[in-house]
Amino acid sequence: MPTFVYMTRCDGCGHCVDICPSDIMHIDKTHRRAYNIEPDMCWECYSCVKACPQNAIDVRGYADFAPLGHSVRVLREEEKGTIAWKITFRDGREKNFLSPTTTKPWGSAIPKLAELPKPDKEIRDSQLLCFEPENIRFDDGGLHTLKAAGLKLKKGVYY
Amino acid sequence: MLMSNPFSELSASISPAIMQAYIILMFLLVVGGTILDMVHKKSAQYFFENAKKAKNRAKQPVGSVVKASIAIQVLANEVLTSGEFCNTRRRISHLLMMYGFIIFVATTVIMIFGYPTPARFTPSILPLLWHIGALMLCVGGYWFWLFIRVDVSAEGLPWYRFERADLFIISLLTTATFGLIWSFTQSLGLDRSSILFLVLFISSSTMLFGGVLWSKFAHMFFKPAAAFQKRVTRADGSRENLPEMADRTNPRDRDRHSMELLKDAPLNMGLGIKRERPNHY
Repeated sequence: MPTFVYMTRCDGCGHCVDICPSDIMHIDKTHRRAYNIEPDMCWECYSCVKACPQNAIDVRGYADFAPLGHSVRVLREEEKGTIAWKITFRDGREKNFLSPTTTKPWGSAIPKLAELPKPDKEIRDSQLLCFEPENIRFDDGGLHTLKAAGLKLKKGVYY
Repeated sequence: MLMSNPFSELSASISPAIMQAYIILMFLLVVGGTILDMVHKKSAQYFFENAKKAKNRAKQPVGSVVKASIAIQVLANEVLTSGEFCNTRRRISHLLMMYGFIIFVATTVIMIFGYPTPARFTPSILPLLWHIGALMLCVGGYWFWLFIRVDVSAEGLPWYRFERADLFIISLLTTATFGLIWSFTQSLGLDRSSILFLVLFISSSTMLFGGVLWSKFAHMFFKPAAAFQKRVTRADGSRENLPEMADRTNPRDRDRHSMELLKDAPLNMGLGIKRERPNHY
């Protein structure tokens, strides 16, 4: 479901232009409001929807599964760390979802890379990346597989 | 320079009647441009249809007392202090431009109609306010144009690149700038420069007031109505069809699926995206 902008709600602040990873949110040359220049290229990450301080961006479902008349509205409350979605179907039914957008206060879990010791030659020549193997638990029993954990893929459920 | 009425000195070469006729013409152009803009963009039609939709979705009626209180809030927050801007720098720049423009236009009208010739002594406060208004316009306007404008701050485009959407700000800035330079050259007695900057000043102001249909000038008249409607949708519960606001202290929200991840988190998580300005181009 690509995004679109309500031009009457947008105030042209540029947050969506700044955050869009596809670089398809831009400012209209006539009205100085944001718009999605290429919905076909939208990744549907909804970064712009969540970042918009005026709640001016919505998502529009493709006509095959979300016929005209539906709406998808989102409210991101940064200080509360939550995001709420309200889906209104064409027949009037509503579905509401509430989820966390962060589990720690904003900015408190940024890795302080500048404080790490400089990598020596052995580390530079190694195939491991920064924070490996501990962050992928590879130093804790090697490769973690479904089999090692005693799990199985259920046919018809997972594939 | 700051204390002298530039229009009364101009009356030696241009008749006050012509200046007054020009002001009336500009007023008519603004009225006509706004009406054409409304018809062309169908903004009034959209506004009333949207208001009707919101009314149908309303969960509670909004009485006249509440509406009066909303009108006062809109006046205090959106109209007088531009509270709708989330960017503080933009808000300050907008306020400088708005009040600068009001002071500049009001003193221009008063001086041209009330004190058009040197025969009538102009109170020194009027030309002083005229110059202060133009300076406020320049400070707020150039700050916006060079640093805050979304093309420069978020799109990463150079400040000298402009397009049709910039007609309003460019004509506003050139009007104030050329007006100030004209007054300055006139006070120095530089006749040729004074005529040149007067012509540029008049051309810019004609573009500003005559270009309402193509610029964003008309937004000044729609803004209070849109802000009022937005607040009414909050009061009547329709909230522009937005989801309910989360209440993490309420078990209804706290115990929902996946919200248990926030059980031990502080109620105020601080600022996320808003911590930084949107200029990571």
